[in-house]
Amino acid sequence: MSARIGVITFPGTLDDVDAARAVRLAGAEAVSLWHADADIKGVDAVIVPGGFSYGDYLRCGAIARFAPVMGEVVRAAGQGLPVLGICNGFQVLCEAGLLPGALTRNEGLHFICRDEWLQVEATNTAWTSRYEPGAQILIPLKSGEGRYQASAQVLDELEGEGRVVFRYAGDNPNGSQRGIAGISSANGRVVGLMPHPEHATEALTGPSDDGLGMFFSVIDSLINA
Amino acid sequence: MARVVVEVMPKAEILDPQGQAVVGALPRLGFAGISDVRQGKRFELEVDDSVSDAELEQIAEALLANTVIEDWKVVRVS
Repeated sequence: MSARIGVITFPGTLDDVDAARAVRLAGAEAVSLWHADADIKGVDAVIVPGGFSYGDYLRCGAIARFAPVMGEVVRAAGQGLPVLGICNGFQVLCEAGLLPGALTRNEGLHFICRDEWLQVEATNTAWTSRYEPGAQILIPLKSGEGRYQASAQVLDELEGEGRVVFRYAGDNPNGSQRGIAGISSANGRVVGLMPHPEHATEALTGPSDDGLGMFFSVIDSLINA
Repeated sequence: MARVVVEVMPKAEILDPQGQAVVGALPRLGFAGISDVRQGKRFELEVDDSVSDAELEQIAEALLANTVIEDWKVVRVS
């Protein structure tokens, strides 16, 4: 009986297909979740994938956060459901209040599309347990609004509580404060990151298969639950 | 019916690279003396008389602005 991991599609979502593929590569069943249905079909975890939901209108993720499916995701996350927000998904989770802070326009204004070395700093989350602490992984970044910002108080809280999950290991590509590439909720079940692990799952199509660890990790967390 | 304007601006402590791009462009157009530009959004709402100020504030705070990074102001203009 394999784990069932939901992948949401909003109008304008691009990377749901690759996220579903990554789930299958890791050995779980990918379950499509439709934005307009307040139904997450009893899945064991949810991925909010990348893309341009609602055309990034108003603000990235600002409209998606009110989609019927997100009401169910927020409710289930409150009960411990693991949730992974990738790129636009990270933006949606911040707008929805599941993660603190906000993602804003890249500091240099350019859309950045390149492979980035990330350091995995927190391995006690539902999505990173398969990594060694301090592991450096090569994951594609492709975003125009990837600059993570939060108040100094929130940043200190994230650092102090070990909730900075990924940090850019080399140069900071987008001006994210403290070089933050991804963070977690207080209970470590909800994680958001700007780079795309679903695009680093096979040597043929990505710079590495380092992204697979996130999908293996969440499956582990379900087996051991 | 009334017209309501909601102005949304990035908070003072937020880096605004788009505003900075405008600052950079002005000298290229021959304009001097502008030391800073910050770029925000203006929303114009047509509302009927049943919509209260409290509701407009909720609209501004919950949807039109992201209060982590933006400030908002609601003005009834007519």
